Amino acid sequence: MESGPLKRTPLYDLHVELGAKMVPFAGYDMPVQYPAGILAEHQHTRAAAGLFDVSHMGQFRITGAGYDGAAASVEKLCPNDFRSLKDGQQRYGFFTNDRGGILDDLMVTREGDSLRMVVNAACKDADLAHLQSHGVKVEARPDFALLALQGPKAGAVMARLAPDSARMTFMTGATLTVAGIQCYATRSGYTGEDGFEISVPNAQAVEFTRRLLKEPEVKPIGLGARDSLRLEAGLCLYGSDITERTTPVEAALSWAIAERRRQEGGYPGDAVLKKQWAEGVSRKRVGILPEGKAPARAHTEIADDSGREIGEVTSGGFGPSLGKPIAMGYVATGSAALGTSVNLVVRGKALAGKVAKMPFAPHRYHRN
Amino acid sequence: MSEIRYTKEHEWVKVDGDTATVGISAYAQEQLGDVVFVELPEVGKQVEKGKEMAVVESVKAASEVYAPISGEVTEVNAALTDAPATVNEDAMGKGWFAKLKLANKADLDGLMDEAAYKKYVDGLH
Repeated sequence: MESGPLKRTPLYDLHVELGAKMVPFAGYDMPVQYPAGILAEHQHTRAAAGLFDVSHMGQFRITGAGYDGAAASVEKLCPNDFRSLKDGQQRYGFFTNDRGGILDDLMVTREGDSLRMVVNAACKDADLAHLQSHGVKVEARPDFALLALQGPKAGAVMARLAPDSARMTFMTGATLTVAGIQCYATRSGYTGEDGFEISVPNAQAVEFTRRLLKEPEVKPIGLGARDSLRLEAGLCLYGSDITERTTPVEAALSWAIAERRRQEGGYPGDAVLKKQWAEGVSRKRVGILPEGKAPARAHTEIADDSGREIGEVTSGGFGPSLGKPIAMGYVATGSAALGTSVNLVVRGKALAGKVAKMPFAPHRYHRN
Repeated sequence: MSEIRYTKEHEWVKVDGDTATVGISAYAQEQLGDVVFVELPEVGKQVEKGKEMAVVESVKAASEVYAPISGEVTEVNAALTDAPATVNEDAMGKGWFAKLKLANKADLDGLMDEAAYKKYVDGLH
């Protein structure tokens, strides 16, 4: 990890003013929770609208010879289909390495002839270097903050401040004027709820955030609840659930790789993934519901009924919406079927659990 | 005599006769955040001063609770199993973890009293 002083987002002072508990995360000093606490923040996001500072994430703009040239340059590094994006359409994807492992996961939105890309904070410097070293015309945008407004009331809040946002559907982006501030928003997020991720110039980030927090439905939410929300939604955390050592096939992310790319290849690790689709994989990412009350945290060993180790939990904790522990992890393919009984070895004791369907909390996206 | 003593690891112990009631401090629960799971020792177990006695888990993480004194577990607060948030609501009272049979009064030596603990916690900021 990087050392040295922690970086701050443009909202640092506001977080402190709001009483946030600040913790180091990916080289930034970030709010893990506000005085309400993680449980209340989680539940507020599921019931109304939560506002998250995700300005630590990397925002890139990618250009090329027209949109197709730009998208084609990125497709050399990602197995996903970005060339077919229509203007304003957003898609999930990832960078792969020669072994088919995942270097980072990301969101891409087409904006006219260019692509907007959002990547993980911990990977953003490496991602930028990776893109540049492969001749991609990429520009980092550290001059923009990123906020996520998430929850069943997010749509109503945004429609009040930016009427044009009401026309947006899940996984689309548009330039909006929110309470007089020009920004670029996508209707997407990391909670399983309807919501928006909004890119705002740093200089206006505080004013923008204060304006949103004035809306009665909106409360500030820290990274703690962001993690429990995404885990309930079955969404991967890079570095834990997906890494350089897991492929999209093992990670159950093949849905993000379109048929054209599967056939054509032309991305790092294409031969490995093709082989995995043809022959199967030895392990798979699955959801797991512990039967008792004890959470099974990341790195908890998963064993079968005979005590043989079959995998490991990669994310685990308490699911506030379910009121019980939830987890995801990798298990041997033979144990990956829904309902398979597994043992979770927590502090030396084998606790019963079952392979379970994800998401644990239903997705409630605004699809049309 | 039922003065409360504290450890540097933020457990408290309250002695009444040879019964020592043990829990985690108000400061500890505040630092942990919302408690969602408590693993208690079994009644009859011998715990050793400074060794793991219980586990408390918040949404974020699991933390060990160390025995502030050595002794046999005579009772546990089973109510915490169904209502772990009691630790947040009343850490010093209804959120107690276990009762131990005090074997050696000298175990209390070196633990902090209320004033010393307050000073210790203030120094952590």
